[in-house]
Amino acid sequence: MPLKRKIKELQKRRQEVLLGGGEKAIEKQIAMGKLTARERIRKILDDDSFHEYDLFVEHEARDFNMDKKILHGDGVIIGTGTIYGEPVCIFAQDFTVAGGSLGMMHARKITKIMDHALKMRMPLIGINDSGGARIQEGVNSLAGYGEIFFRNTLSSGVIPQISVILGPCAGGAVYSPALTDFVFVVDKISKMFITGPEVIKTVLGEEISMEDLGGAHVHSEISGNAHFYAESEEECFEQIKKLITFIPRNNTHKPRTFETREPKNEFQIEKIVPGDPTQPYDVRDVVRAIVDDSDFFEIQEKWARNLVIGFGRMGGRTVGFVCNQPLVLAGVLDVDSSDKAARFIRYCDAFNIPIVTLVDLPGYLPGADQEHAGVIRHGAKVLYAYSEATVPKMTVILRKAYGGGYIAMSSRHLRADFVFAWPTAEIAVMGPEGAANIIFRKEISEAKDPEKMRKQKVREYKEKFANPYVAAAKGYIDSVIEPEETRKLLLHAIEVSASKAISGPKKKHGVPPF
Amino acid sequence: MNEDKTKQKKVRFKSLVIEGTKYRTYFTRKFENRKPRIPENPQYILSFIPGLILKVFVSNGQKVKEGQDLLVLEAMKMKNRIKSPLTGTVKAVHVKEGVKVPKGLLLIELEKE
Repeated sequence: MPLKRKIKELQKRRQEVLLGGGEKAIEKQIAMGKLTARERIRKILDDDSFHEYDLFVEHEARDFNMDKKILHGDGVIIGTGTIYGEPVCIFAQDFTVAGGSLGMMHARKITKIMDHALKMRMPLIGINDSGGARIQEGVNSLAGYGEIFFRNTLSSGVIPQISVILGPCAGGAVYSPALTDFVFVVDKISKMFITGPEVIKTVLGEEISMEDLGGAHVHSEISGNAHFYAESEEECFEQIKKLITFIPRNNTHKPRTFETREPKNEFQIEKIVPGDPTQPYDVRDVVRAIVDDSDFFEIQEKWARNLVIGFGRMGGRTVGFVCNQPLVLAGVLDVDSSDKAARFIRYCDAFNIPIVTLVDLPGYLPGADQEHAGVIRHGAKVLYAYSEATVPKMTVILRKAYGGGYIAMSSRHLRADFVFAWPTAEIAVMGPEGAANIIFRKEISEAKDPEKMRKQKVREYKEKFANPYVAAAKGYIDSVIEPEETRKLLLHAIEVSASKAISGPKKKHGVPPF
Repeated sequence: MNEDKTKQKKVRFKSLVIEGTKYRTYFTRKFENRKPRIPENPQYILSFIPGLILKVFVSNGQKVKEGQDLLVLEAMKMKNRIKSPLTGTVKAVHVKEGVKVPKGLLLIELEKE
């Protein structure tokens, strides 16, 4: 029975390749606290939904005795599958095969699945666990990286691209994740850096561990390169799956809609925000008080905490939230928080996700370090991103909105579609203290009791200008609303702006202050 | 054990002053660790890049002219000749040939004439 024998042979061949780098290497992978590439794919995707491509690909390297080496699948697994029924393309580098090193055929497999994702207009998930370029393959491996970066850029804003760092990802390899939309890291497992600890030691004589240089904590808290941090791979996979429920398949689709759920009773909107604008509160509680099921999916939770971004649903539809966080650094805009906001706004705009902005900020963070770090250039990104965004933009001014911060945070002037303000809103050119000191400088300095006069003038200014009514009188805000009405009005705004259609002047692309 | 956890979580509110108004808020670790600005002083020669001190041409008490070579700092395979920005005297040399230096290290102190 030749057919039966041929099927047997196929099964035998499959068996061999499916073991990757062999049992010993798999044991080593497990000892490092990591799952194997195949387990990872299985756990991320719906049961039995994975279809693998290029299982029998072999490398073509001939130098350095490479022709005698068999590298199963050339160290990477590619294919398609589903997450909650949504189709995705996925690749996972297999560290058990030559350390997941990237050779020419390895790269070709990755670019094949990337091309497929772009052609079929569906999300791409890349699992990175690799020692880097396969040195034996020389410039071919560099070419492979370049081909990947090019496709990351081409796909940007067309299909969602997700990078999962589950092992080392060093040198040039880090630039593929950096070009994608969302980067996931896991404690003690993820390591990302351009130059490793050894190079730093040779050049600087400084000793630093991989963890301190580019571990999960570093990228989720200090550098801002990562968007999601997890304690374990399993937690990370749950985050990926949850993210997929919030985002659309591609830039011509809208995110999936769910059933409307009311926020939980424990989040009482009127009890969250103190009337005194100098007192802190957690703006995430305000979000929880207005989103479906009080379920707020925060992004970059640990980095630039003075600004909060993330997804929630309102009336079953995905909404992107951008909020000043008075709990941290009084909610100021600075270099990092500007970058954080701007990138997220552009993501939402590219993927048809309406943006709700909750405003409560005293302005920009003062300091020579901020000025020298380019807060002008970074801050400009926020203005650019909001102005450019054509998705529905809803703004709620909760309390203070002073000066440049007011303009930047999705103001009417940057073409917000709906601007609401709570009665506690203070929309003014600057805070009452600062303003009174400048406007009444003469009166204050010439008064018998300057301190008393200063206080009086601050009070006068507060009464006249620290409210939403001056801006409302000019139509800069559409309505002054009670906090309780926020959800209802936002739901209405989202409803009526579903068919929003505007277009700007024709251009190849803008020149944003990158 | 529970007590430990609550103790750990208790971060105190601080004051941040912006345009004369004091705000009660938390600080980030990054904000608290920010470096104060040190004004530039031409009398202090700092390493502008991490690297290796290949040669030192001057010693304590030596008179130097503006533009005179002070030392060679090798970094990223480039040999950088560090020249004196002023005419004066070498007050102190803090490095020896063959040592590796980080960025911003005080290498030589000069005294203006």
